[in-house]
Amino acid sequence: MAKIISAAEAAAMIQPGSRIAIGGFLAVGAPETIIDAIVELGTKDLHMIVIASDWETRGVGKLVVNHLIKSAQVSHLGTNKAIQAQMNAGEISIELIPQGTLMERVRAYGAGLGGVLTPTGLGTVVEEGKQIILLEGKSYILEPAIASDFAIIRAQKADKLGNLTYSKTARNSNPIMAMAGKITIAEVDEIVEIGELDPELVVSPGVFVNYIVITKEQ
Amino acid sequence: MANDKRAMIGARIAKELKDGDYVNLGIGLPTEAVNHIPKGVQVLFQSENGMLGVGPNPAAGEEDKDMINAGGGFITALPGASFFDSATSFAIIRGGHIDATVLGALQVDMEGNLANWMIPGKMVPGMGGAMDLVTGAKKVIVAMEHCDKNGNSKVLTKCNLPLTAKAKVSLIITDMAVLQVTPEGLVLCEIAEGLSVDDVIKATEAKLIIPQNVKYF
Repeated sequence: MAKIISAAEAAAMIQPGSRIAIGGFLAVGAPETIIDAIVELGTKDLHMIVIASDWETRGVGKLVVNHLIKSAQVSHLGTNKAIQAQMNAGEISIELIPQGTLMERVRAYGAGLGGVLTPTGLGTVVEEGKQIILLEGKSYILEPAIASDFAIIRAQKADKLGNLTYSKTARNSNPIMAMAGKITIAEVDEIVEIGELDPELVVSPGVFVNYIVITKEQ
Repeated sequence: MANDKRAMIGARIAKELKDGDYVNLGIGLPTEAVNHIPKGVQVLFQSENGMLGVGPNPAAGEEDKDMINAGGGFITALPGASFFDSATSFAIIRGGHIDATVLGALQVDMEGNLANWMIPGKMVPGMGGAMDLVTGAKKVIVAMEHCDKNGNSKVLTKCNLPLTAKAKVSLIITDMAVLQVTPEGLVLCEIAEGLSVDDVIKATEAKLIIPQNVKYF
């Protein structure tokens, strides 16, 4: 059973230094209410695992603008000047990861795997310092799983077991991040009774979800 | 780039896309191709944030906040569209299920190497999904201006910017020419109307193989 809590209670669980996998793609499908609560609390030195650093005023970009992030594993920074400035000033350390590799590394952690073998990045700076594995005549980069303490995600509906449905392209990284948190907190538009969600339409099974927060976003 | 040149490149990209193809277009110039798919040809466009069957941009006032493409622009869904998570999206890409991807480039070279994700010390936006796309798509097409804004050739003997992928590009479509990457080198297949073969050779740092008949496009 997932527990229904407030955004402030969710934010209070996160400690300085926590590693947080956060869902969303350019802030679409981002857990804005929980992000705002973290900003309000001002918890610093966070490590974030995200597809992109979003916009200065939307999504995880707000954590960056408020200087709460000390390091990030991310595939794209291009829409957020603040993170590039903080990176150039040495305030934030960045590991840039190809987006598909990032998703598989996070998924691997949630799935109990040590890592994945991928051809993406061969012959580029991405392979530097990594083990290359030859398997049946093909080369792959060994990419380790990415661990996280918390996953903070956004879904459309949750039932009280934490089963989740999503909306259109707001699904994006959310079901993957949901698998990977030692503690997973889902921000949702609506909470329904057990039995109200068609099991065929559940995308994230409730087993992955520990806490549910109702969104304040309009 | 002038609109007529963008349209010319878009039309030429569209010729590479076949009925039933699954295609991923990079942001910017490659998306011009959408406007040039002939009637009766069905091409399904993927957006790597998690969708197949991307439709046209919505009319003003009809945008859906949960419907964006990988560039953050609002989109619509065509009949037969599907949504999926990011890992599935990149399984589609990396697993070889995308027939063609069309991407912009900072540099491309004779061996089909592509650089399009960073300029050290200047621009570090990150690779996003580009490395996976170039690694996994069955056909990688580069669509770009032939020269940069200072007039320097972007078609090189060897890329000197950090690579996106090694030896994956098969076709280069620019405002001046269409070049095929072959084991022997770059073949000048077509030149833009109004240009000569010499114009293209002069604007290209890489050595070109010139066939007997170079067509116009």
